[in-house]
Amino acid sequence: MEPGGWIIMLLSVGFVTSLFVSCVYKVLTHKKSTEHMHGMEIDTGDVDKD
Amino acid sequence: MSQGKKTEKWSSRLGVILAVAGSAVGLGNFLRFPGQAVQYGGGAFMIAYFISLILIGIPICWAEWTMGRYGGGKGFNSSPGIMNILVRHPAGKYMGVIGVIIPVVIYMYYVYIEAWCLGYAVNFLFTDNLKLGSEALAYKSFWQDFIGFQENGSAIGFGVGQVGFYLLLVFVLNFFLIFRGLSKGIEFFCKYAMPTLIFLAVIILFRVLTLGTPDPSKPDQNLMAGLGHMWNPTNLGTQLTNPQLWLAAAGQIFFSLSVGFGVIITYASYLSKDDDIVLSGLTASSANEFCEVALGGMITIPAAVVFLGASGVAGIGMGTFSLGFNVLPLVFAQMPGGTLFGAMFFFLLFLAAVTSSLSMLQPGIAFLEEAMEIGRRQSVTILGVITAMGSGFIVYFSKDMKALDTIDFWVGTFLIFVLATIQIIIFGWVLGIEKGWKEAHIGAEMTIPRFFKPVFKYICPGFLLIIFVFWFLVNVLGINLSTGDRQVVSYVSDLFGNGGAVPSNVARMSIGLIVCVTAFMIMTVKNAGPKWDKKLKDQED
Repeated sequence: MEPGGWIIMLLSVGFVTSLFVSCVYKVLTHKKSTEHMHGMEIDTGDVDKD
Repeated sequence: MSQGKKTEKWSSRLGVILAVAGSAVGLGNFLRFPGQAVQYGGGAFMIAYFISLILIGIPICWAEWTMGRYGGGKGFNSSPGIMNILVRHPAGKYMGVIGVIIPVVIYMYYVYIEAWCLGYAVNFLFTDNLKLGSEALAYKSFWQDFIGFQENGSAIGFGVGQVGFYLLLVFVLNFFLIFRGLSKGIEFFCKYAMPTLIFLAVIILFRVLTLGTPDPSKPDQNLMAGLGHMWNPTNLGTQLTNPQLWLAAAGQIFFSLSVGFGVIITYASYLSKDDDIVLSGLTASSANEFCEVALGGMITIPAAVVFLGASGVAGIGMGTFSLGFNVLPLVFAQMPGGTLFGAMFFFLLFLAAVTSSLSMLQPGIAFLEEAMEIGRRQSVTILGVITAMGSGFIVYFSKDMKALDTIDFWVGTFLIFVLATIQIIIFGWVLGIEKGWKEAHIGAEMTIPRFFKPVFKYICPGFLLIIFVFWFLVNVLGINLSTGDRQVVSYVSDLFGNGGAVPSNVARMSIGLIVCVTAFMIMTVKNAGPKWDKKLKDQED
């Protein structure tokens, strides 16, 4: 592995990983992302809905 | 509208992101990308790759998300319906048909490849069929028998070492999930499949990065040599002036992100008006890039070089199928714990393939429901019949993979270029940059950098057209861009018999299959056109 290879590898992997992690973080911490996450909820029918 | 028009929606933002990312992540991330990178000098390829990502990949992604949500807001989910409202000309809906032909026809052969992945995972885990020693030829021979490469009709068998059983299984799985609907089928599956896929890939990556020098008698075959083979910038200056490199890098970005497939536009049409498509589009693209560069780029080639050496890998082949189904089974057979890691790797590919093939069915379902005003049950049945016939044709004519190869070239490559070019021109020039920009930012927390405005309008369409022209010169006209020599391309000579070649009946029938599907869709659009126009007019009134 040459120094050039290390640089290319670290930059490429580092860039895509940090982009992915920061995007996922933004999505998960964004208020709207949790607003309508109801796909897996069980509706027991004993709670009033607003 | 009829019973089928109960509006479908994604149940969560993360769900739609995982579904779009799942659509993009496929075999190309783990097999095609590493092969291409090595072929074009590692580092040099990566420079062209990232430039293409910024100038083509991300902009078309955002454009598709925007146009899709815009169409969905007007009550249309299919590519022809959305193009109809964007272009406001009768030709629009016919151009949009390409966005249904591509995913439906690609599904016909993709499900066959998906079955290979499942079959290999099962054979690794439960049989000794893939413990074939250290001879590369034995693995090639197994693969050819498994997929029926030697003789037409020989793939159709239901033994554990034949593809037929797995094909039936994955076909049923796909249609079961698609029948359950957008949220309970596609989204539900992707929510579990995508994290599992990444988890499996990380485990395999850890195994690869701890391989060291497995055979002390071959000290040159070690992890550092493997990483070097993948990432070292070979002939940086010369490679970057090679047009073939740019063609390969742009093509990889293009196919990897699933842009121009007609999938994203359909998926985005089920979003709500205030969903943040800028962030969602970027997140889905970044998930694909992470799987491709950080996982695919670190696993496949380094592992192969550690066990086979650089010349050994090159000797077997760097193509997607050679690398995946000839080289890697041999690598896993040599690797300590290879049975388990081999099964995990092919199961990972299988999951990646299912999330992609599901996305290929939804545009067809949306189109049939919208154009024929039918419900999901009927649309799933019709699409099931069409794709089963197409897949049956491709699997039966398995000799030399002629049917698969022909359809992949003309639909899976040529038509994708055409649709992506049409889409970005419609976004930049028909919808208009200002309107498109405003539409993209509705509900968006983050803003697209302003320099993307000229990218959308000029650079991306221009870059795409140049790439398309070069692709056509090289792959259809057979011109070598470095030497200027011209040679006959088999995809063309198979159809026309030029250059003294004997035309292939299977290749011609494959084109016939594409024409039949196209004719059916054009007739369906023609019937639906007046109803769509009336619906639009009613909305405007």
